[in-house]
Amino acid sequence: MNRRDFLRTSSVVVVSFAFDGVMPETAAPQTTNPGKPIDPREVDSFLAIHADGAVTIYTSKVDVGTGLNIAMAQMVAEELGIPVDRISVVEGDTALTPDQGGTGGSTGITRGGVELRQAAATARQALLKLGVNADMTNVGAIAGGKRLDLKVDPKAPLKNPSSYTVVGKPVLRPEVRKKCTGTTVFVQDFSVAGMLHGRVIRPPSIGAKLISVDEASIRSIPDARIVRIQNFLGIVANDEWAAVRAAKSLKTTWSESQTLPGSDMLDRHVRASAVERDETLVNRGDPAAALAVTAKQLSATYWWPFQSHASLGPSCATVDFRPEGTTIWSASQGPHGLRANFARVFGIAEDKLRVIFLDGSGSYGSNGNDDAAADALLLSRAVGKPVRVQWMREDEHGWDPKGPPQLLEIRGGLDAENRIAAWDTQMWLPGNVQGSRPLLAADDAGIPQPHGRTAGQISQNGDPPYAAPNVRVVVHWLKDTPLRLSNLRAPGKIANVFAVESFTDELAAAAAIDPVEFRLRGLTDPRAVDVIKRATEMIGWEARPSPNSRPQQGNLRVGRGMAYVRYKQMENYVAMAMDVAVDRSTGKVNVRRITCAHDCGLVINPDGLRNQIEGCILQTLGRTLHEETTFDRSRVTSVDWKSYPILSFPEVPTVEVALIDRPMLPPMGAGEAATAPVAAALANAVFDATGMRLRRVPLKL
Amino acid sequence: MPKYTFRVNGRAVSADSWDPAQPLLYVLRNSLGLHAVKFGCGLGQCGACTVIIDGRAARSCSTPVSQVAGRSVTTLEGLGTPERPDKLQAAFITEQAAQCGYCTNGMIMSAKALLTRTPNPTPEQVKQGLGGNLCRCGTYTRILSAVLRAGKA
Ligand code: FES
Ligand code: FES
Repeated sequence: MNRRDFLRTSSVVVVSFAFDGVMPETAAPQTTNPGKPIDPREVDSFLAIHADGAVTIYTSKVDVGTGLNIAMAQMVAEELGIPVDRISVVEGDTALTPDQGGTGGSTGITRGGVELRQAAATARQALLKLGVNADMTNVGAIAGGKRLDLKVDPKAPLKNPSSYTVVGKPVLRPEVRKKCTGTTVFVQDFSVAGMLHGRVIRPPSIGAKLISVDEASIRSIPDARIVRIQNFLGIVANDEWAAVRAAKSLKTTWSESQTLPGSDMLDRHVRASAVERDETLVNRGDPAAALAVTAKQLSATYWWPFQSHASLGPSCATVDFRPEGTTIWSASQGPHGLRANFARVFGIAEDKLRVIFLDGSGSYGSNGNDDAAADALLLSRAVGKPVRVQWMREDEHGWDPKGPPQLLEIRGGLDAENRIAAWDTQMWLPGNVQGSRPLLAADDAGIPQPHGRTAGQISQNGDPPYAAPNVRVVVHWLKDTPLRLSNLRAPGKIANVFAVESFTDELAAAAAIDPVEFRLRGLTDPRAVDVIKRATEMIGWEARPSPNSRPQQGNLRVGRGMAYVRYKQMENYVAMAMDVAVDRSTGKVNVRRITCAHDCGLVINPDGLRNQIEGCILQTLGRTLHEETTFDRSRVTSVDWKSYPILSFPEVPTVEVALIDRPMLPPMGAGEAATAPVAAALANAVFDATGMRLRRVPLKL
Repeated sequence: MPKYTFRVNGRAVSADSWDPAQPLLYVLRNSLGLHAVKFGCGLGQCGACTVIIDGRAARSCSTPVSQVAGRSVTTLEGLGTPERPDKLQAAFITEQAAQCGYCTNGMIMSAKALLTRTPNPTPEQVKQGLGGNLCRCGTYTRILSAVLRAGKA
């Protein structure tokens, strides 16, 4: 890294030489401290202006296929006043990017993008003072390759959204061109000199102990070397196929035990599990008293099983372990968190550990990426060479941390005017345990580590978004849960909205009122009303109570359903409607058409946003129709695409999305919200078609 | 070590493999540096590894290298470049038919084979034709639009 003398050009702004514009993004040999500013209070941590006027932005928020990079580039381009194609993004490199937190909870835009925008706004003011002209054509000549040495000014004026020219435009994501031509370097494709291929032989059951390894069983496989650290067992080889073959062929004996309850009737197990503590999230009025006197009362129980990220490509990482500085190449959504945790667990100083994000197969929270990195780290440390580990399919489905099982019981009552008079939600959810999620490799290798547990903010959206004078939401936080947990896309909200919006539909049916009308009667927020009207108009909603009195269409029964959410009760407004046809003889649910109206405030990139919303809908359709992680007393048994099917191409419905842009409001993330109404809209449509209320996922007739 | 000679993207190549059962996938990725092809399951269930062998879509994860000897393989790299994508790739780019992009190789290669057999497919034909290709990100509707666009063009 070149450094030159300070160059004082104004009394306000100190400009000093920073970089020559070429950052060692992924190149080896690595240095854990290239000297680039990364303090999130400094403008230079976020932005580098190059001599040719191009700009690199640096962010810890990573784009896992969500279109976040282009959205951030648009926000910066708009605020700086330079063309968006002059901006490139360096993401998720602990040595180069400021720590803006991991990527999750739909915070990529709301925190990542908004912080970058403020840095850009600060930079623009400084650059104008330096003599850069308003359209920034001389920005390279004046400020290229120099540091601004400025604190991010939280008050730096932002452009008025009414004058936006870049934000709000469907700019193409440049990476799509690379992905479609096979030129993206995914973490799965990355290699460094001298790298070996590794595979890990996971225990045949959770907690099994390794008794013996028959080294002779892989003698015929060239160069395959066994690494054993207590119960951690891996293979490294020059040739990847040799590593795969050896890992498969290696004869081992383990002592096994039965530690799991099994996934059959897991809901009963959950209901009977020991409760750590109860938490009352909402307590308004007196639901118990009100329920007792309501005109109509209903109660229902809803169930959501463990689910896997089921990333299409198994997790992968390459680690070059060296005493002078270790580098991890990973598609983890939280490079900084990964570094902090690995530093603690493996006893490496944080400043001697660099994590570099590379594109991976889509993840929707924390899949197996961190664990694959831990595997690679132990192997690299053992053999003194860089090691790449890619999990096999059964590793990913079997061992990725899972989305939590959720059980909800709702009771509610209607008054004489068929309004919601009382509502009571009880949830049984796995409780949090402080600390990081345990790494499989560290546990297997007997390395002490925290055994934290969280699946994210899984108790949100358990209350109805409709007017109701008496509401209580109580969570029974459970002491234990059978499998490792992860914050899987829209953590908890999908199941909670499934329950709340199904129950709302049940109330509407009990009142014999059209489901849309029933909801609108309890809403005053115009943004809520807008999305509901829009989504249902798009599908040609027939106003009548459910179920459909004339569902017959040949062998099929047809119906429509809808659901609404205000995500986290404070973010996006999403309404969704579906047309379904159910074959009563086979029980097959055919989703024909889905409409969605989506309001996330200011829209940054409408096409990227649509892509996310479509993905949210289709992925969750699969989660609702098919997905359940199954396990017996010892191990996960849904370990491939046959035993854990996801949505397949022939099942794909027509999807129509309406974006409601609110340019004067802050932008919200959109990687999750549209997942939340899917399951309920589908269950409600199935009810409309068949009169059968499905309260368990995966939905089975 | 036995050597296997075949054509890849129009060029003759030969690759060593210690194991005749080694799937073509590993040979393409590691011996020939063709990384577009992706390992998804190794079980023939997801389509991420799809290549075209003698005009037909094939799963490179379940095709032993020894079976490819003397045959002609096309990978995604053989269609077009970022600067000059072929018609189908261009349609995917126009439709922005990728999220993470891990399934994209298989989707394009399967669609390529489909369009060779059925140049103007109906939406239903595309859905069935790509029925063995999974997309976890749920980009299906865009992929459908892209293949239809390329079919019409
Ligand atoms: S990797 Fe070949 S079908 Fe999945
Ligand atoms: S785009 Fe991610 S799997 Fe298809």
